[in-house]
Amino acid sequence: MSDEGGEPAGAPVGRRTVLGLLALGGAGIVGGSWVQNGLARLLAPIESRDPTGLVALFPLGAAFRFYSVTGSVPTKTAATYRLTVSGLIARPATYTLPDLQAMPQTALVSDFHCVTGWQVLDVHWAGVPLSALLDLAEPSAEATAVRFRSFDGTYTESMSLSQARRPDVIVALRMLGGPVSHDHGGPVRIYAASMYGYKSTKWLSGIELTHGEVPGYWEHRGYALDGTIRN
Amino acid sequence: MTPPSKPARRYLDRFSRAERTVHRITATLMIVCIVTAAVLYNGSLSIKVGHRHVVELIHVYAGFALPAPMLLGLASAAYRADLARLNRFSPSDWRWLRSRTRRDGSIRVGKFNAGQKLNAALTAGAILVLLGSGLLMYYPGLARLSWRTGATFVHDWFALAVGLLVLGHIAYAIKDREARRGMRTGRVSASWAHGEHAAWAQDVDVGPDQDDKRP
Repeated sequence: MSDEGGEPAGAPVGRRTVLGLLALGGAGIVGGSWVQNGLARLLAPIESRDPTGLVALFPLGAAFRFYSVTGSVPTKTAATYRLTVSGLIARPATYTLPDLQAMPQTALVSDFHCVTGWQVLDVHWAGVPLSALLDLAEPSAEATAVRFRSFDGTYTESMSLSQARRPDVIVALRMLGGPVSHDHGGPVRIYAASMYGYKSTKWLSGIELTHGEVPGYWEHRGYALDGTIRN
Repeated sequence: MTPPSKPARRYLDRFSRAERTVHRITATLMIVCIVTAAVLYNGSLSIKVGHRHVVELIHVYAGFALPAPMLLGLASAAYRADLARLNRFSPSDWRWLRSRTRRDGSIRVGKFNAGQKLNAALTAGAILVLLGSGLLMYYPGLARLSWRTGATFVHDWFALAVGLLVLGHIAYAIKDREARRGMRTGRVSASWAHGEHAAWAQDVDVGPDQDDKRP
């Protein structure tokens, strides 16, 4: 049989395959978050006990993706870590890791949502409520926003002072049942439960009270200044 | 193509310059996408390489560009003809896919075997799905959060599937020197063509008028 010259014979299986994949992709976009959450709940116990680490290679459940915007980030220990609080405040301060550990801690279980769509459900977080540090700093009347700095040397983020005072914004010292690891932004990072992940500054080194929000790293690259999660 | 000089030419023209160019650009863009995807997805690589925004930009724009050479290829008649061949499955294609002895030549294969046809369709469809889901992830204003989560889910799985398709494609190419030569130089030896793509070789080598080889 000749399929050369003239119209090739046979059913257009190629076209049907392409259209079928497009339908599958569309269904996955609409229903994928439901499937993913089901898989994540089912596989979380397996993934956390898998000694081979193979399960984590596949996009089966929900896993953190590690963002770093610079080439390399220095490692800070309990001995070298410092958090400075500065700006429009009455009482500038510098905290060491033991200082922060000695303060009253808040624990919460809450989801981590990246603005691009990946999410990790029911993450255990613990740390010092940001509002406690703000109260100690005594912001002046002009202070309307809080700016975070990272010891990666590049990353900054801001939120309004009223957002920063919400009880679900913490200076996190622990996550996932242990100290915040370096890759997760440790030893100290921000966690803002009601906002997208880009507001939860990793490798936190500074908290500065400002007049007006200063656009940060991702805002300069197109993300909204208000990172509140809206469905 | 040149008019059929009687049997047994040593080389047959398999891919035009336009087709080889489309293949080369697509392959380059695909490799860029895969390498940057590995950095974006694998946690230890993400931290080691860092510079997330730059890696992301390279990935996204290589991805946006990925369908472009295939669309530009449509300007070439040879490319369109091969696309039509890849699209159509004959009954013997289904037999070839089911056969355990498909490589022995008893099922006469046209310019593309059924596996190549399937790979082409799956890769093309997956590229379009990756493009669509990638757009939703890159421009968060386009869709609500649950759709972006779905887009990430789809993008992850389709990326894994495309990665496997590309690996398979490369593995088959490594095993077949003459097939590689066809894509590199455009020509293949007539003996290879008669062994691997008998129906096609018959047509271009001897001419389609000699139709007595119907199974």
